[in-house]
Amino acid sequence: MDLASAKMIGAGLASIALIGAGVGIGIIFGNYLAGALRNPGAAQGQFTNLLVGFALCEFTGLLGVVMAFIILFT
Amino acid sequence: MEQFEVKPIVPLHIGGLDVSFTNASLWMCIVAATAAIFLTMGASSRRLVPTRMQSIAEMSYVFVADMIRSAAGTEGLKFFPFVFTLFMFVLFSNVLGLFPLIHPFTVTSHIIVTFSLAIFVFLMVIVVGLARHGLHFLVIFAPSVPWPMLILLIPIEIVSFLSRPISLSVRLFANMLAGHTMLYVFGTFVIGLAAAGGVLSVVSIAPLLAIVAVTALEVLIAFLQAYVFAILTCIYLNDALNLHDH
Repeated sequence: MDLASAKMIGAGLASIALIGAGVGIGIIFGNYLAGALRNPGAAQGQFTNLLVGFALCEFTGLLGVVMAFIILFT
Repeated sequence: MEQFEVKPIVPLHIGGLDVSFTNASLWMCIVAATAAIFLTMGASSRRLVPTRMQSIAEMSYVFVADMIRSAAGTEGLKFFPFVFTLFMFVLFSNVLGLFPLIHPFTVTSHIIVTFSLAIFVFLMVIVVGLARHGLHFLVIFAPSVPWPMLILLIPIEIVSFLSRPISLSVRLFANMLAGHTMLYVFGTFVIGLAAAGGVLSVVSIAPLLAIVAVTALEVLIAFLQAYVFAILTCIYLNDALNLHDH
């Protein structure tokens, strides 16, 4: 296998990290909605925590994307 | 990709350093000028019943002030000018990058820009913490747990503290880069299919509709990432202002 195709495969493998980010973001927003429907009064107060959790979760997936970019373009 | 290339406009070299005025510098100036003009126009009318511009300016002020108050307490309001500037700069550079007709250069899609912002926030948190608490600030690395746990937790806390500027900058940068790349990929689909002729030209309407949807998503992300950047700055400031007593 030559280097170029190995790079492509590597970048594809690095993108697998996004599965985890997708699952995590789904869990965060799903649980927020479930909680908000049970107690709509408390929902607004937890909005900041929701976005912080979303941001932290998304970051782990984005690290995979950055790895893919590094593999592809260096 | 062409949209991410940094091209010098006014080449300038000082002592072996390349300090050319590039299209990145130009767009940073445009972003700062747009934000300044926008807010000045909004604040200049000063009516009791606000005009549209004034009410947008007031809403952004109240929005950021509420955000700081909820995340860092009333004490955090001292840092309102800083957080507001940061929020407006990131928001305007994200949003201006989405206008295709003016050939924009999204400054936040470059890691060096976001990393400079993030390292500035990081250093400021350290300076504020040290100025306020002195060496007691180091308590930030030691959560209140039984002491044998500290052997494990202190290294983890140190690593998590040191990774803050990286996570703050890479999040914004990767979101913007990935969003613009996605738009570019869908754009090549449209052109490729339309040029293929026959039935494929008719199919090219599908990626075109997808671009519209992705652009709408990108507007949301542009705002959300500016918000996340600002709120994390507030949370880090809160850590430095009130050590563990929240």
